[in-house]
Amino acid sequence: MSATAAVHSLWTTAAAAAEPIAKIDAPKIEYGQLAPMLIVVGAAIVGITVEAFVPRKSRYYAQMFVSVVALAAAFAAVVALAANGYATTKAGIAAMGAIAVDGPALFLQGTILLTALVGLFTFAERRLDPEVHGNRVDSFAAQAAAVPGSESEKKAVRAGFTTTEVFPLLLFAVAGMLVFPAANDLLTLFVALEVLSLPLYLMCALARRKRLMSQEAAVKYFLLGAFASAFMLFGIALLYGYAGSMSYATIAQVVEGTVPEITPALAATTGNDALLLTGAALVVMGLLFKVGAVPFHMWTPDVYQGAPTPVTGFMAAATKVAAFGALLRILYVVLPGLRWDWRPVMWGVAIVTMLAGAIVAITQTDIKRLLAYSSIAHAGFILAGVIAATPSGISSVLFYLAAYSFVTIGAFAVVTLVRDAGGEATHLSKWAGLGRRSPLVAAVFAVFLLAFAGIPLTSGFSGKFAVFKAAAEGGAAPLVVVGVISSAIAAFFYIRVIVLMFFSEPRPEGPTVAVPSPLTMTAIGVGVAVTVVLGVAPQYFLELAGDAGVFVR
Amino acid sequence: MSFPLLTATAALPAIGAIATAAVPAAKRTAAKWLALLFSLATLVLAIVVLVRFEPGGDRYQLTESHAWIADFGVRYELGVDGIAVALIALTALLIPFIVLAGWHDADPLETGSRRWRPTQGFFALILAVEAMVILSFEATDVFLFYIFFEAMLIPMYFLIGGFGDRAHEHGEEKAATQRSYAAVKFLLYNLAGGLIMLAAVIGLYVVAGNFSLTEIAAARASGELEMSTNTERWLFLGFFFAFAVKAPLWPLHTWLPNAMQESTAPVAVLITAVVDKVGTFAMLRFCLGLFPEASKWATPVVLVLAVVSIIYGALLAVGQRDMKRLIAYASISHFGFIVMGIFAMTSQGQSGATLYMVNHGISTAVLMLIAGFLISRRGSRLIADYGGVQKVAPVLAGTFLIGGLATLSLPGLAPFVSEFLVLVGTFTRYPVIGIVATFGIVLAALYVLVLYQRTMTGPVKPEVSAMPDLRVREIAVVAPLVVLLVFLGVYPKPLTDVVNPAVEHTMSDVQKKDPRPEVEAAK
Repeated sequence: MSATAAVHSLWTTAAAAAEPIAKIDAPKIEYGQLAPMLIVVGAAIVGITVEAFVPRKSRYYAQMFVSVVALAAAFAAVVALAANGYATTKAGIAAMGAIAVDGPALFLQGTILLTALVGLFTFAERRLDPEVHGNRVDSFAAQAAAVPGSESEKKAVRAGFTTTEVFPLLLFAVAGMLVFPAANDLLTLFVALEVLSLPLYLMCALARRKRLMSQEAAVKYFLLGAFASAFMLFGIALLYGYAGSMSYATIAQVVEGTVPEITPALAATTGNDALLLTGAALVVMGLLFKVGAVPFHMWTPDVYQGAPTPVTGFMAAATKVAAFGALLRILYVVLPGLRWDWRPVMWGVAIVTMLAGAIVAITQTDIKRLLAYSSIAHAGFILAGVIAATPSGISSVLFYLAAYSFVTIGAFAVVTLVRDAGGEATHLSKWAGLGRRSPLVAAVFAVFLLAFAGIPLTSGFSGKFAVFKAAAEGGAAPLVVVGVISSAIAAFFYIRVIVLMFFSEPRPEGPTVAVPSPLTMTAIGVGVAVTVVLGVAPQYFLELAGDAGVFVR
Repeated sequence: MSFPLLTATAALPAIGAIATAAVPAAKRTAAKWLALLFSLATLVLAIVVLVRFEPGGDRYQLTESHAWIADFGVRYELGVDGIAVALIALTALLIPFIVLAGWHDADPLETGSRRWRPTQGFFALILAVEAMVILSFEATDVFLFYIFFEAMLIPMYFLIGGFGDRAHEHGEEKAATQRSYAAVKFLLYNLAGGLIMLAAVIGLYVVAGNFSLTEIAAARASGELEMSTNTERWLFLGFFFAFAVKAPLWPLHTWLPNAMQESTAPVAVLITAVVDKVGTFAMLRFCLGLFPEASKWATPVVLVLAVVSIIYGALLAVGQRDMKRLIAYASISHFGFIVMGIFAMTSQGQSGATLYMVNHGISTAVLMLIAGFLISRRGSRLIADYGGVQKVAPVLAGTFLIGGLATLSLPGLAPFVSEFLVLVGTFTRYPVIGIVATFGIVLAALYVLVLYQRTMTGPVKPEVSAMPDLRVREIAVVAPLVVLLVFLGVYPKPLTDVVNPAVEHTMSDVQKKDPRPEVEAAK
């Protein structure tokens, strides 16, 4: 181009447009490598058509079938990709640089899919509540659009409506979660964030009981989530201004100073450190929001408490996995050159998150809120591993996420079982003496609590040891000390629940423990099995996480 | 591959725990017999270990080593030295008596849920604790040790919080509150100690790269593994803190009186005679073995803490109104002696301390179990509620006296030998500390004899006049222990033969020689 084509800040000459349109290449899509995500998205769309065309009576079964098959098939695809070496030697970038297919991505996708499958079982549970007008009901509102307490709601209940839309919603959320840790450019990252968040906002509002609380939770989650998304989008814009590209690899190159070619339009801003630092901070902030780290944790307790418990369990487990995956990739792939800037900040965030989560949890009186604060504390522990910025940091975080998600989903599944006339009895005082009434349920919950507390021979201990070891090797010994101190604090409230269950006299009108269908039993059983296996014989899974511990760029 | 004897010794009670827990709710008696059977079988295995162990042989014998968690550098490594053998034998010996003594302690008062099985749970938990304690004595891998050191808190916690004395002066509800308070206090203290240790365990890994006791010790001795003075001291403190909570050493002892007071007598014995020994044992094996320089550096402070424990525990024991609390404070005093013997860094002190662990286990078991029998008869733990028991229940009073005399280290009974050795070992190096500690013995005479005088002698109180003497089951619990106390008091050689070579190894770890030519005491 000649000098006349000099770039103006607002317009440019139309010389380029003169080129024939036929030269645009069709995008190259590696369908095989993208199979896990494509299967889930496809199934979600099938789920919507099921909603439209299948008669109401058989929708539940049709949706169940579609979802289970999709998640299982997607998991099989992940395993196949990993077995073909995409996790290690053949790791690469697919879909025109949008998606990374590498070890961490596949490991996390596998974890998310299994968690979602187990979570799906708790979604589908229909035996906990007594039958209403001869219809079995699940945890979701009969008709989301019906105003709580209104005549139309009663009608919907009488007619035996159920919100089978949760199944496609779940699949959409899972699709977003699968893309989130694999996203290899900022725009994909943002799209994935929205795809995973919007169905979650919706599902939070769908509780059958305590509907107002559930809707309040959804609104809070939505508003705060929208803020976080906006921050993140702003950060993405700034990073684009800084690097002239959305691609992770290019941004990283610009950070390192090896710029391939500067987009002329952005010559003025490229390499401007103010843009980089602000942009990176805003993007990381958006991710820390999803992770639930202090000071971006405010939504967690309200949303965890208000959302239908199966949704809470799924959200607590899978969202955390996806968000930590994305955070790891941003910090390790895009911003390793900025390590000396983000490490001190993340130190602070990790310390505050661990301590605040553990300390505030002590005062909680609602089991779901308590688990919410506990999840905040756990986010802090995982951040300690993230900070290590070493291969063992990656693998320890991967392992911790896998261990944690199954404990979480199991624990919330147990919460759905303890019920009184008003639905789930989540107030702690109602759990008094549960160990006398239903020793087995109480014992299972105790196992989950001990795993949360990081007692040896449970997965919680292996995970905690892995991240603390990585942090200590990475030179973050003070973080380890803070970590063990907050573990000690956290142990206090986990134990308080055990005391309540086993050492307190049962109340006369205490809650009963519903006998669930095999669905929830499977979910809880899987949770216990994973907790024990990862606690006693974690070697295979540690190796798996270790092999998967290299990002592609 | 030879038969994995050490694994079997630990696995047997673990299997027993599962089997006992699985017994149906209605078959309570069967569960008790099953638990007793498994504990006796474990005792047999422990005796086999004792016999197969050659005192003059390698430092760690009967070793087993398997890959476990390679990513953490952790191996499943077992091995015993003389100290461990002695303590495994003590553990395996005491558990059948604990089971037998607690025969009726967990019978359900009211019928709760169809599936509520407190009796099965009680005995299963005892066996689970036994398995974990034995494994922590056997582990020669720091991580493996840590796992069981921590994990045993959970069954202990349920034993303390879930089962208490039947009769309680303030009613069952108050008792339940106090029990769960004691249980939570126990768990939080020990968990906090354990988590501090976890930080040190991770630190050790970062420094050493693996967890094998033998490998680390060898690497340190050959100079391959350098540890800066500061690192060694921090790691030592992390380990020592956990063990000092467990032992327990003043000022970290306050959980012990609560826990022993609120739990049933057999569980109290389990705490003080078995579980707490892991703490003192670990000081010998891990603090001295891994961090010899730091141990020497910390010796003055540790000795002072030990002496404070001795005197403080004894003084508080004198002032107690509650029988079980009294025994708890007496134990704190005794743990002071054990720690003092360990850190005196003389061979007499350390063999004395090891013997002390065994003898204290037996003598406290006798005293506490009989106190438990007494409490179950009258329904009160308060000393003032008793008087003149020896006239109505002479056998009970007589054995109680023997237990008491053993506690105050009367010559001729086993604890005397160990206390004497500890004091001699300390005196040769730290005369002042040794002299102060001797006052602990005087105070011991005071609290034991006053306890005996107030409860057993004097006019018969009306409430105790119909008190039955020891039953057959109770005599079966006490008699063998009393015989053992006398036997080891007159002839401690079998025990010292096993312990002494191990102590010499520990002494060479810390590169200390005795100040004077070795005194062949107690032989």
